[in-house]
Amino acid sequence: MSSHDVMPDMDLYQPVQVEDAISLAARLGDRAWLLGGGQDTYGWLKDRAKTTEALIDLNGIESLRGVRETEDGIEIGALTTLTEIATNPLINENYSLLSQAAGRVASLQIRNIGTLGGNVSQDVRCWYYRRGLDCYRAGGNLCYADTPEGMNREHALFGASRCVAVNPSDTAPALVALEASMVINGDEGERILAAEDYFVGPAIDIESTTALREGEILTAVRIPSTWANATFYFEKVADRNVWDFALVSMAVAMKVSGNTIEDSRFVCGAVECKPRRLLEIEAAVNGRSHDGASAESIAATASAGARSLAHNQYKMPLMNNLVKRAIESV
Amino acid sequence: MNPKITRRRFIKGVIYSAAAAVPGAGYYVATAASSRPAGAVERLISINVNGRTRRVDVLPQETLTHTLRYRLNLTGTKLACNRGECGACTVMINDVANYSCSVLTQQVKGKQITTVEGLRAADGTLHPVQQAFIEELSPQCGFCTPGQVVSAAALLIANPNPTREEARQGLSGNLCRCGAYDHYLNGVMRAAELIA
Ligand SMILES: Cc1cc2nc3c(=O)[nH]c(=O)nc-3n(C[C@H](O)[C@H](O)[C@H](O)COP(=O)(O)OP(=O)(O)OC[C@H]3O[C@@H](n4cnc5c(N)ncnc54)[C@H](O)[C@@H]3O)c2cc1C
Ligand code: SF4
Ligand code: FES
Ligand code: FES
Repeated sequence: MSSHDVMPDMDLYQPVQVEDAISLAARLGDRAWLLGGGQDTYGWLKDRAKTTEALIDLNGIESLRGVRETEDGIEIGALTTLTEIATNPLINENYSLLSQAAGRVASLQIRNIGTLGGNVSQDVRCWYYRRGLDCYRAGGNLCYADTPEGMNREHALFGASRCVAVNPSDTAPALVALEASMVINGDEGERILAAEDYFVGPAIDIESTTALREGEILTAVRIPSTWANATFYFEKVADRNVWDFALVSMAVAMKVSGNTIEDSRFVCGAVECKPRRLLEIEAAVNGRSHDGASAESIAATASAGARSLAHNQYKMPLMNNLVKRAIESV
Repeated sequence: MNPKITRRRFIKGVIYSAAAAVPGAGYYVATAASSRPAGAVERLISINVNGRTRRVDVLPQETLTHTLRYRLNLTGTKLACNRGECGACTVMINDVANYSCSVLTQQVKGKQITTVEGLRAADGTLHPVQQAFIEELSPQCGFCTPGQVVSAAALLIANPNPTREEARQGLSGNLCRCGAYDHYLNGVMRAAELIA
């Protein structure tokens, strides 16, 4: 693939008020691209696999940064960096599931500038698509990954609909486990979506990983105190500890008393185009205490219903084993 | 190749431009393409690099690596992958390590940029990290070295007395194709002693 040092000509807007960003986004519509840390964006533009007429840089908007305590939990501005999320005392004390997940994204330098909003809104990492091929997700008529010759080791076990790419975000499963809600602003005002509904698969929208509509900006993420200080388990399996995306990740929040898991949320990353909540596992786990044997037998069902491709069967035992480790960690 | 215009958007566009093909309706597109839209950034800006204010003509979409190397001649900062996957281009922005290939120069107005050229003292004394890397023979081929030096210097600002594991984390965003990682780590640990 040809690589270019310089991105093609485009306009750059640097609003400092969120209202200005919203009206710019509304006015420019699909001719503009919102810019957080740019760590997902620049690759597209450098490779000429996608182009835009204008960037709307959100980094100058101070009100979109930082972590605040609310009546019922915390609110994190969408432009807060992943490093800040990984190290913020408020998050570390009560919602360390999210700090752990944020701390495993990409590399230190990328976390120093990459934002939470960008992390949860990033595009898929299917290399056919990122290379600029005209596949289903790019508006074309076929999927290059889901063919007898296709390279699909990183791709989905569940929820495929023409496209078999997975959502690559490390923070997404943690936010779903914590029952976060996403605050979205647009020309027509504010709406709030549960994290579970923010991430969408290809059956709902094959061109976007989120429910954001054109011109809308994610302004904040709210985490309710529901799971504050719960027992957490996070694990990301990747080829290398730095830079690489999750092959499978597991974000689990559990309320434990004595040896009993009273309540839990098990959310698996990188097996579907949205974080996959493991409802059957939760139902089997809740209200009981577990030994190695029961953990093993429950976990063996985690990947039930998977539709694997030629090269990603390994993700099934990986899912099961991560569930087992999460249960055993109690 | 495939711009943001997907097949569906293309179809929408065709529908739209068919409607817009009435006389006079093409005018708006022509203006948008030929002049700077209101509110877009200025090209001539000031940035602070290694303690000096530099006035530069910077494209809206220009990366900091490009400005440093090709406009300011600061070629100590290396451009290798140009996509956030190696660390050769690492500089400090307000004392924090960043990949300069993946930051727009227009975003660092009002911030302090430190490149590998800016680390030694005014009298030429090397930065403790540079001195320690020499003493420990840290580099092998040397190509990744400027990035390793800057990452190590940024680590020691945030944490002057790191454990070896913390140093490993601090340098983990810098790839070394020669695999000289342990030698760099020895260098960081020695630098911490030199600073203490
Ligand atoms: C080498 C490399 C390795 C990576 N590894 C990982 C990894 O291991 N795990 C992982 O999760 N990610 C990884 N990433 C992906 C990504 O760069 C980071 O996740 C980063 O957090 C993205 O945030 P950003 O702010 O830089 O995104 P940007 O590029 O600024 O934005 C990403 C997308 O979200 C949109 N967007 C940004 N902010 C908003 C907002 N407030 N409202 C609405 N839309 C918005 C943008 O328009 C864009 O489409 C990696 C990237 C690289 C280059
Ligand atoms: S998996 Fe999705 S993104 Fe990848 S080639 Fe198939 S349709 Fe395109
Ligand atoms: S050149 Fe910037 S990270 Fe490789
Ligand atoms: S010393 Fe050769 S790449 Fe690191």
